[in-house]
Amino acid sequence: MTTKSFGEPILRKEDPRLVSGQGRYLDDLGHEALAAAFLRSPHASARILDIDVTDALDVPGLIGIYTYEDLEGRVAEPLPLLIPHPALLNGRTGYPLANEFVRHVGEAIVMVIAEDRYIAEDVVELIKVSYDVLQPVVGIQNAKAAHNAVHPSVPNNVSAHSVKEVGDARAMIKAAPHKLSLDLFIERSACSPLEGKGVYAIWEEDSQELRLWSSTQTSTGVRAAVAAKLDLPLQKVECIAPDVGGGFGVKIMHPWPEEVLIPWAARKLNRPVKWSEDRREHFISSAHERAQEHHIEVGFDEEGRILGLDVTFFHDNGAYTPYGIIIPLITSTQLLGPYKPASYRVEFTSLFTNTVLVIPYRGAGRPQGVFAMERTVDAIAKYLRLDRTVVRERNFIQPDEMPYDLGLIFQDGRPLEYDSGNFPASMAMLKEMVGWDNFETMRSEYAAQGRKIGIGVACYVEGTGVGPYEGGFVQVETSGRINVATGLTSQGQGHQTVFAQIVADELGVPIEDVFVTTGDTRRFPYAVGTFASRAAVMSGNAIALAARQVRDKALRLAGEALECDPHDLEIVDGIVRVKGDHTKSIALKTVAVLSNPLRYAFDESAKAATQFAVGDTSKPPVPEDQEPGLEGKDYYSPMASTFANGMHAVIIEILPDTAEVKILRYVVVHDCGRVINPMIVEGQIHGGVAQGVAGALFERMAYDESGQLQNASFMDFLMPYATEIPTVEAGHLETPSPLNPLGIKGAGEAGVIPGSAVFASAIEDAEGFEIRRMPISPSELWELRRTMKENA
Amino acid sequence: MNPEELFLVELTVNGNPLSARVPARRLLSDFLRHDLRLTGTHVGCEHGVCGACTILLDGKPVRGCLIFAVSVSGSNVTTVEGLVNNDGSLGVVQRAFHESHGLQCGFCTPGFITTIHAFLKENPHPTEEEAREAIAGNLCRCTGYQNIIKSVLRAAELIDSGVRDDH
Repeated sequence: MTTKSFGEPILRKEDPRLVSGQGRYLDDLGHEALAAAFLRSPHASARILDIDVTDALDVPGLIGIYTYEDLEGRVAEPLPLLIPHPALLNGRTGYPLANEFVRHVGEAIVMVIAEDRYIAEDVVELIKVSYDVLQPVVGIQNAKAAHNAVHPSVPNNVSAHSVKEVGDARAMIKAAPHKLSLDLFIERSACSPLEGKGVYAIWEEDSQELRLWSSTQTSTGVRAAVAAKLDLPLQKVECIAPDVGGGFGVKIMHPWPEEVLIPWAARKLNRPVKWSEDRREHFISSAHERAQEHHIEVGFDEEGRILGLDVTFFHDNGAYTPYGIIIPLITSTQLLGPYKPASYRVEFTSLFTNTVLVIPYRGAGRPQGVFAMERTVDAIAKYLRLDRTVVRERNFIQPDEMPYDLGLIFQDGRPLEYDSGNFPASMAMLKEMVGWDNFETMRSEYAAQGRKIGIGVACYVEGTGVGPYEGGFVQVETSGRINVATGLTSQGQGHQTVFAQIVADELGVPIEDVFVTTGDTRRFPYAVGTFASRAAVMSGNAIALAARQVRDKALRLAGEALECDPHDLEIVDGIVRVKGDHTKSIALKTVAVLSNPLRYAFDESAKAATQFAVGDTSKPPVPEDQEPGLEGKDYYSPMASTFANGMHAVIIEILPDTAEVKILRYVVVHDCGRVINPMIVEGQIHGGVAQGVAGALFERMAYDESGQLQNASFMDFLMPYATEIPTVEAGHLETPSPLNPLGIKGAGEAGVIPGSAVFASAIEDAEGFEIRRMPISPSELWELRRTMKENA
Repeated sequence: MNPEELFLVELTVNGNPLSARVPARRLLSDFLRHDLRLTGTHVGCEHGVCGACTILLDGKPVRGCLIFAVSVSGSNVTTVEGLVNNDGSLGVVQRAFHESHGLQCGFCTPGFITTIHAFLKENPHPTEEEAREAIAGNLCRCTGYQNIIKSVLRAAELIDSGVRDDH
């Protein structure tokens, strides 16, 4: 009997390889390749006057030095603007190597290729660049003030401006019985995968073909972009994402300058070339996220019901906008969470600054939106002296109101309509788990010992599984091995396991026989990528549909072989058999043999399919509407995103002398529809919560006024260790998505989203004064305490 | 400029004695990864903070990115590849990671496994808090550490139950 594996905590198929040192990450490949290193701008804003390579030329092992002047054809053009939007009036992108101007510290100016990385870095040290240093724009305040311009052709440093209204929020606020206003700020952070970016390219001169490997979240995207830049037919370019050491968003951007330059150099030199990003490079030349400043006006009734919500926010998009304005678009739409204000107005302005560019980091604009919304709800509760969860419950969209149209357009260009969810049930579960109603007793017990504790709560809704599509391919080999391929990539989500679980169940085969390949354009050339908690939803469903095709074909062929109606057949443990009569059966691998009529017998099993062995001589060997082989391919393209949701609660203690925040309990209630593998979903939540804690209490990008990132190392950027991260207590609700065949929703980003909101709520609860900026360090909290005391 | 001078280094790696000639500045992590092709040892920061490059030098966990290859002549180096049992089955800490979902992307994992292997020799029966402290010198961005702590405790349990571990 085949064990059902969907929904079970199946151990990961990728693990034995990865725990024994057999993983193959980017820098584990191409040991013989030439190495690239980059000279990067030390200034945030400058004009390049001269690049002097004289001293560098006689270094043994140097192969080539390249500046913008050396770039050819489309490689010398600006990098693409990947996601245009009507509100993005002044989008700007950089060049693979700086063309006269540099606009952030870390922008690549010179590429050096040498026999090895040590030599390439030696050469970089010997190149002298002279600059006319310009006044930089750092931070939202300076960008708004616009005394200096990041791009002289962009007025007021504004890349994009958008206003969206549902109802007349301003009039509703004016007429509301109660009003409040809040000013909020969230600081920058970054994905910081343990493996940085990397590219390795081989040019085959004889066949004029390029094969490249990139530590990317989208191998199909990189392939298309590189083919276009190098003016190569798509068929002559293949891109493979090998094992990838974490992504969290930063590796969905493409093409990075290096993804264009390394293949370009490999072709030019006709030698394999590799570049592996170091940690400082990752800090100053990849991407950050999060920095936003919000002003909120809210009007509400006696019960705390929101009548009008008016949000105006500024988004720091860094020096360039290659990824468009996806982040503020998500913030502006997902800010509403599980709530239904009677009217809503949101206006955002996206601003250029002379800092590293900003693209999605796990959560992608939602943590800021949730922070804004949840701070507002807490402020209403405090004003009306109501329990914070009661105000939330009074504003929730109810289960019987689903599907619920919020009247806005989501990041995928489709109406923002929640498909399902049960917010009151989630809140009830959260309150029960964390002991919300008994917290005052706990508070008094701690107070009696002179200890100060607080509790926080935060809710979110997350649109997951955005389109346009993903595809799946399933093939049964005559050995019984099942090959599965999908085009999107993996960075630790366990796709080789969860997709195998889906196929094992759909096809009725042991999971051990199923082998999944992701992110290899040779195996599946049509795909979008791994981001927006979409992989399980998109590829999971596509693979399920492909497996169903294979199953139908297998039953039809087996029906012919066993001379019975396919409807009377089932597949169990890789054997097709008659339901109720197990003596009539045929192995799936034998069906695979029969599916491919042969002229040549290459092995014992193949003999069964040769021309003198099988076939109805009155028909062609492959019937007119059929294809040889036991395989299927299908695509899943949803009408709209599916919406997961969750609620977090945290109990903290704040130390009296140091204002250090200690986490006593962290509770998560999460609903991502039907769960394929609960062990993996919990793992995603753990990791997300850790990044939420990091963003709330530890991590920030410390830019000084001249645009130098002062904490661009793991010494100074306080990524938490095990001692800073709590044990997560997680509870699951499963409200199946009605939108896709498997009923699943995404889970990848969820854990991080309410981080800043839930800690701000808890700290405010413990201290009694307003928390309006995150992250918050012990010294900032201590200082806030002191000022509050002085002002009191 | 002259090509770099090379120096002889003789050491034992995962039980195999070997000698090589390397530039004085070649990092042990690069020597293991690129010269010996033992790519299980990863490099996450190159400044000794993340711990992904942790290897065992005469049984003690050290950062491979902070040591020059020439300086370990005469030593015994064990990498994550060397913790696999002689019959090819997973070593006890490796198995515990698999069973406890102690890894996601797997990039930091070899550094944790070597660290924990050495820790359990010192303290075969750790409490949860001791397990947490033991891994507090290594960074992981995927797991939130919860299942890594579980892996430490699981490995201790497996050792206690007499599961095979050749190293």
